[in-house]
Amino acid sequence: MPRPFLLPALLCLLMAQMACTDTFADAYARERQRLMTAIADLATETLSETGRPAFSAAVMAALTKVPRHRFVPADQVPYAYDNRPLAIGHGQTISQPYIVALMTDLIDPRTDQTVLEIGTGSGYQAAVLAELVAQVYSIEIIAPLATEAANRIRELGYANIQTRTGDGYYGWEEAGPFDAILVTAAASHVPPPLIRQLKPGGRMVIPVGAHFMAQYLLLVEKDEDGQVSTRQILPVSFVPLTGGGKD
Amino acid sequence: MAAQRPPYAAIFLLSAAVLSYEVLLMRLFSLIQWHHFAYMMISVALLGYGAAGGLVTLAQTPLKAHFDDAFAIAAGLFGVTALLAFLSAQRVGFNALEILWDPSQLARLGLIYGLLLVPFLCAATALCLSFTRFPDRIPRLYAADILGAAAGGLGAIGLLLLLSPAIALRGSVALGLMAGALAVWTPGRRAIASTLGLIAIGILALPPAWTALHPSPYKELSQTLHITGTRVLAEISSPLGVVTAVDSPQVPFRHAPGLSLLATAEPPPQIALFTDGDGLTAINRFDGDWADQGYLDFLTSALPYHLLQEPAVLVLGAGGGTDLLQALALGARTVDAVELNPQVVALVQETFGDFSGHPYNLPGVRLHLAEARGFVEGHAQRYDLIQVALLDAFSAAAAGLHGLAETYLYTVEALGTYLDHLTPGGLLAITRWVNLPPRDPLKLFATAVAALEARGVREPGAHLVMIRGWKTATLLVKPTPFTPAELAAVKAFREARAFDLIWQPGMNQAEANRFNRLDRPWFYEGAAALLSADRQDFLDRYKFRIDPARDDRPYFFHFFRWESLTEILGLKARGGLSLLEWGYPVLIATLAQALVFGALLTLLPLWLFLRRRAVARSPRDGREDQQSISSPAPGAGRVLTYFTALGLAFMLVEIAFIQKFILFLSHPVYAVSLVLTTFLLCAGLGSRLSDRFQSRGRAVRLAALAIGGLTLTYILTLPALFQPLMGLAISTKMTLAAALIAPLGLAMGMPFPLGLASLGACRPALVPWAWAVNGFASVVAAVLATVLAIHWGFTAVVILAALLYLLAAGTFPGDR
Repeated sequence: MPRPFLLPALLCLLMAQMACTDTFADAYARERQRLMTAIADLATETLSETGRPAFSAAVMAALTKVPRHRFVPADQVPYAYDNRPLAIGHGQTISQPYIVALMTDLIDPRTDQTVLEIGTGSGYQAAVLAELVAQVYSIEIIAPLATEAANRIRELGYANIQTRTGDGYYGWEEAGPFDAILVTAAASHVPPPLIRQLKPGGRMVIPVGAHFMAQYLLLVEKDEDGQVSTRQILPVSFVPLTGGGKD
Repeated sequence: MAAQRPPYAAIFLLSAAVLSYEVLLMRLFSLIQWHHFAYMMISVALLGYGAAGGLVTLAQTPLKAHFDDAFAIAAGLFGVTALLAFLSAQRVGFNALEILWDPSQLARLGLIYGLLLVPFLCAATALCLSFTRFPDRIPRLYAADILGAAAGGLGAIGLLLLLSPAIALRGSVALGLMAGALAVWTPGRRAIASTLGLIAIGILALPPAWTALHPSPYKELSQTLHITGTRVLAEISSPLGVVTAVDSPQVPFRHAPGLSLLATAEPPPQIALFTDGDGLTAINRFDGDWADQGYLDFLTSALPYHLLQEPAVLVLGAGGGTDLLQALALGARTVDAVELNPQVVALVQETFGDFSGHPYNLPGVRLHLAEARGFVEGHAQRYDLIQVALLDAFSAAAAGLHGLAETYLYTVEALGTYLDHLTPGGLLAITRWVNLPPRDPLKLFATAVAALEARGVREPGAHLVMIRGWKTATLLVKPTPFTPAELAAVKAFREARAFDLIWQPGMNQAEANRFNRLDRPWFYEGAAALLSADRQDFLDRYKFRIDPARDDRPYFFHFFRWESLTEILGLKARGGLSLLEWGYPVLIATLAQALVFGALLTLLPLWLFLRRRAVARSPRDGREDQQSISSPAPGAGRVLTYFTALGLAFMLVEIAFIQKFILFLSHPVYAVSLVLTTFLLCAGLGSRLSDRFQSRGRAVRLAALAIGGLTLTYILTLPALFQPLMGLAISTKMTLAAALIAPLGLAMGMPFPLGLASLGACRPALVPWAWAVNGFASVVAAVLATVLAIHWGFTAVVILAALLYLLAAGTFPGDR
């Protein structure tokens, strides 16, 4: 099994580089760095079921850059850089950073892409995406959350995120089709309009499960011919049989 | 001035108040939290009963001297604190879902225990004090106490039929206050009595907002109500739960679990129904145009309609009516729809009848208000298709919240019964949620294999087809082997909807992992292993418990294995916590807490008491202390054994038979009410009768033998006895059940008061302590019964109880 020992080293290098810039000039830089090192270690320890040995360096860099503590309510700030899900009010949560990294990595973000997010929540995932792709569109169903997130995104200066309040089921027709779609809101099924708004070769990721923990991630892939298939991905490496290997 | 006559009526009322409070708290915490945490909170709070015994043991002299006032104050405090404790507890901000992330949640849980302990402590102090003050009237006191409990349990269920749980709670609180008032309704104390009465009236008259509920923001209903434009259209309460109907005109619900990726049609407008704030099901708008229901053909559950021509269908769990519409839309000739909750049907048919198009009145549809399993057992009619709907919510299944819930819908025996009710060539279809790694679907498959084998089918694999989407899986079971034409229809259905095979006879492994790909075809491999000779090895090696549930161990949703716990907790940082099945560990935590606190609260007061007496050695304190305390160990040990055995055994028998009768009476609420009431009523009578025996020891031995004989006979013969009687009218079945329970209850009502009376005669100072020990043992047994039943079945629970009664007979604390 290939184990990319190189990645943590690369990451440290990257972090050292970034530490010189303004983006790290907040009081939580050290905590964020600790969290990212932990996530990098976790990713290399486990061959995740994405079929990749670890998260891409770009994704890790984006997470290293986004100040998670700015996206959580004041009483949750002390835990902002713990690798755990957090409550953000209105009965909503943000995923644990490890899962955010995994979901972001799964859509294979590139700098020329346009991405749609259903369920802005605090805006954290949108901010991570904004570091990686050209344009992010994000829809939130709960009005107060949408307003808070829009303000936050504006304050933090993310010019490439557009938000709106409302029903995500029909996607964002006029801005589509999208290279990737992230559905962080609960869904009983994959909305057919969203499948239509996915470009050939595009990917959609939906975390499925109860609050504070995704049971699995649903990856919807549309091939170049427009054929759609899904993959169900456990966030962890867990073989359901004792004494059984993966091969 | 101390009363000469025990306040029987006040004891009756107070006991009724406490039991109804307990039942209502369970309902209320299930509404604002989740039911297994509700269970945990209440069972630990019940330790207040034991703590009261300790308190009275230590402070019996002053309390006995001021019995009337002490009783009234304790009962009054119960009334006041019962309401305050609940209102404060729901404001603690406990979030069960964060318990493994946030250590402060444990402190909050502890605070809730502390708050809820207070009312139970107060009420139990009053009750325990009565036994201590009047040791020569114990059988009558116990009768009043236990009859009050019976009335309270029944009363709470009655109140829940009429009122919302929060309003009903005021009733039980006021009852407690009235008990206090009644106890001091004597000349010179009328002022205290009137004050208590006025407080009771004040509580009943509080504005509704004061007792409004604050459900967890993570319940589905709470979340839905955050969406702009949503509104609650109706809310109905019953002992089966609170059903809330919600409309969302701006952002439609579009509830279509597991809809195929290839579906182009959307669900029509829907009204959502939530039970206890969770478990969304939908009422579809239907105006006669079947095209609006077209999406129903793109669910995995539509499969059987593609294998049958104009079938006569039985839908089990028809609820909001979507399965009914599915059947009619896909060509069913007739549909018999079974639904347990009449209020849900009333919502669909009447309140929202214009919206839903009165689906239960459509041509060919017959509605049966009944429990699903019981309905099938009690009717001879056969069907071409029996469709078991997806009755529970995905979120609850995903968090393992059903772990402790008994269900007689998915046992080996249940599947056998369904198969018996199929026409030749008919199909049984059951849909479950897909979870990863596979749990529900594989357990269901294993259950079907066992059910087929029990019918003598040699190659179960030829009788099974199972498909999956990314969210749901549907199993078809056929009493005769599937034909090639049927298998071709399955293939066509799947291909048009991008569903994969889990199993079909003669399948190619490549078909198991085409559309919804997993890193390995876990479902197919599991199904194949369950059909192979290596089945047992596979079940043993699987990291979740997926061996079939049976009627004696009806825990389909219990998937937890200790062997996997460390691995899963180790995966927490990588998002692995969803692998944890919550129900069982919470149960064990509850049991452990009950044992620790129970031991502490029982043994500590005894030790303090004995030490104090040993130091004082006052001759004025009576002869019993001279003989017992000078040689305390054997006497106290005997008392401990006797009352622990009784507390455990009574509860184990009661719980086991509630379960056995649920199946027979086909309705959880009827069964619990009837069994509980009959047990308590007859135990109360037994207690009164126990007074008449010359020799208490002999009476206990006789009672123990009778209980042992009856319980073992029942547990071995009831299933066979019930089988031919399932079709009887419910009133006849209830009479029969009561007649079966009555002699058992009568005998079970004797050993406790006889033991306590004997103790009252020779060592009265230990009466409150013995009472406390019995209380603790009951709490422990309530939890223990479930643990034992999960592992060894209810038969084992009953056998253990019978043995405990024999142990009690051998350790009777008296010489006769």
